[in-house]
Amino acid sequence: MTTMPSIAGPVQDEIVYARPAALTETVTHYCPGCTHGIAHKLVAEVIDELEIRAQTIGVAPVGCAVFAYNYFNVDFAEAAHGRAPAMATGLKRVLPDRIVFTYQGDGDLASIGLAEIMHAAGRGENLTVVFINNAIYGMTGGQMAPTTLPGQKTSSSPCGRDVETMGMPLRMAELLAAQPGAAYVVRRSLHNPKEINRAKKAIRTAFRVQQAGLGFALVELLSSCPTNWGIAPLDALKWIESHMLPYYPLGDYKLAEGVERL
Amino acid sequence: MQIEIIISGFGGQGALFAGQILAYAAMDSGRHVTWIPSYGPEMRGGTAHCTVVIADDEIGSPLVRYPAAVIAMNQPSLDKYEPLVASGGVLVVNASLTTRRPERSDLRRVAIPANAVAEELGNVRLANIVLTGALLAATGALPVEAVEQALAAHLPERHRHLLGANSQALRRGAALAAAVTA
Amino acid sequence: MAKKLLKGNEAIAEAAVRAGLQAYFGYPITPQTELLEYLARRMPDLQRTFLQAESEVAAINMVYGAACTGQRVMTSSSSPGISLMMEGLSYIAGSEVPCVLVDVMRGGPGLGNIAPAQGDYHQIVKGGGHGDFRMIVLAPATVQEAVDLTGLAFDLADKYLMVSVVLLDGSLGQMMEPAELPPLRDPARPEPEWALTGARGRAKRVVTSIHLVPEDEEVFNQKLQAKYAAIKAAEVRYHEYQTDDADLIVVGFGTAGRVAQTAVKQARALGLKVGLHRPLTLFPFPEQRLADLAQRARAFLVVEMNAGQMVEDVRLAVNGRAPVKFYGRMGGVVPLPDEVLEQIKQLAETVGHTPHHSPVSCLPLDGAIA
Repeated sequence: MTTMPSIAGPVQDEIVYARPAALTETVTHYCPGCTHGIAHKLVAEVIDELEIRAQTIGVAPVGCAVFAYNYFNVDFAEAAHGRAPAMATGLKRVLPDRIVFTYQGDGDLASIGLAEIMHAAGRGENLTVVFINNAIYGMTGGQMAPTTLPGQKTSSSPCGRDVETMGMPLRMAELLAAQPGAAYVVRRSLHNPKEINRAKKAIRTAFRVQQAGLGFALVELLSSCPTNWGIAPLDALKWIESHMLPYYPLGDYKLAEGVERL
Repeated sequence: MQIEIIISGFGGQGALFAGQILAYAAMDSGRHVTWIPSYGPEMRGGTAHCTVVIADDEIGSPLVRYPAAVIAMNQPSLDKYEPLVASGGVLVVNASLTTRRPERSDLRRVAIPANAVAEELGNVRLANIVLTGALLAATGALPVEAVEQALAAHLPERHRHLLGANSQALRRGAALAAAVTA
Repeated sequence: MAKKLLKGNEAIAEAAVRAGLQAYFGYPITPQTELLEYLARRMPDLQRTFLQAESEVAAINMVYGAACTGQRVMTSSSSPGISLMMEGLSYIAGSEVPCVLVDVMRGGPGLGNIAPAQGDYHQIVKGGGHGDFRMIVLAPATVQEAVDLTGLAFDLADKYLMVSVVLLDGSLGQMMEPAELPPLRDPARPEPEWALTGARGRAKRVVTSIHLVPEDEEVFNQKLQAKYAAIKAAEVRYHEYQTDDADLIVVGFGTAGRVAQTAVKQARALGLKVGLHRPLTLFPFPEQRLADLAQRARAFLVVEMNAGQMVEDVRLAVNGRAPVKFYGRMGGVVPLPDEVLEQIKQLAETVGHTPHHSPVSCLPLDGAIA
């Protein structure tokens, strides 16, 4: 008689992966292949790990992430286009012991909300900003953003961004890092697992900076928009690497004193 | 009873302060009062004026076209307001900074060399208070004592050392007005 | 408490502090800057929030954020700055959070000037921002009213979860007048059930103005309209002078109404049966009261420091029962009592020859009488 080889089963179920408590179970409206979902998950995991869910207030932008408040299981306000840093300033100033973050896209933060983000950084406002740069307007259907690359075709630059008439894209991390009030400004990317891990660490640091009261913290995340770029999701990730990284170098643009100890 | 007073001069002559001290005195005397300044670019080096309305009853308009009394602290103020003083009203003129006498015969005209008087008292910046004293004597709008008390109660801390001089200026102006009717 | 001689702008600032103002966000603009400067000194002394924003756009959005916490918040500006705030005001209305806005109006349009005017009636009373929203609008004419209505503005904002506006012109902002301040109220307030404070021991909350499904947005709008109807029923306030037996009713708000009162008094001395109606609430507008006055009055004269804005609401309220004449000064010019008296005299002469409630009025409905 032969004995069946026994397969050692688990003594008990071990949960090796779960949805972060800081995310609701709502199915997102994001397009297939969009990296907003990854960015949401990273932020939610950090909120869980820092155990700050019950003291965190988020501010959603106008843009594809307009419904972020449906996906995060934290108190949330929905701002007018570009005004999230001002709204977050109001929240944080009256509730300084809460953790306040904004989640903004490139049209919201780098175009219509440039004044608000610059002055939030200038004041050293103790906020955490998650900045999604996908080089295009998503929600309105793929128009040119201030971050659209030279020659990049969009529905409002059908022949490609002409730098003679539209100038060069704004580099927000570099711009904001130059402000003395900025404590932590970095650029990361979501185009592969290694960079995603680095992005999560940066998001964690950006929240820790706020907890430590060090000032303005921003993580720029290079992201994909397969739908409006008009390419397949995997190609979109490659496009980040081939086209966005050369113009938007990853790196730490501002590490104020005290950040590295966090 | 209601009296409307316009005090007008160059910026820095203390027209607004003179009006405020009248307003304080009126309030402390239990009267109704409004004080409304000219404001804006003309404050920077141009003319400054204020309107003070003192009344026994609730005050409607804080502004009037034809005030019952005017203090003209300089020539442009005299030229602007002499035609506007209500008939039978009072026109107090700073003779130190005007080149002509007031002309209307239907007014009580009081011309006082307020800068010279103030200099005699030791501080040319008291000219506004000299003129205010003259106004009080000529109109009877408020007792001189009420304004003295208002100065004592409301003069800013940094000017407290000038309280005695202010009182003197007020009384000197009142005495001159009683004696001098142009 | 004894009366103090207070400047309109500073009186409003201190009244707000005493009403429990926890945070102020503003941007300098003449002729309201003293209000901001006063709070720049006063708020830090009380360990409360004062912040000078980078623009009026930012200021109103900071107010929006702070209002989401359920605390008492305020901003102030003057006409061009208020234009910039319209976006935020619409969002706040659409989110139903309370706050107070002070508008110290100046001459316009455009950069205009810094002189007193009332040209913001339309943008404030009709809701200059997008969508069907209203703000409670309180219009003081004296420094005491400015104090009292500022306190009321906070109470009404909290009661109805909306923007309350204190609307005045630059001259009242700059004017000094004796007024009594209320005692300092304890700013601590129970946390409203909608406030964003962190989801500790409760479900998360969201403050938003989005209702993506049209039917949902319509339901929300119906809720807003029901709220506005309740405000119209409960919150009308006005000041009247000698209206009981008046044949002619002069209507004006704020400084224009106050100036008109002097003219009415002078007209009474001439034997004219004139009265003054001065709305204290511009929304809700005292339309029923004006309709009632129109039952007996033979004519109305509306005096404003603009080209004729509130006059439209007076005409709607009077609804053709009597002619409504308009007299306005524009561009920062304040009408003086003698001008208004002249208008009253002309109107009295004209309606004197008109049968009461004549179906065919010889009086033109607009502009000066030829």
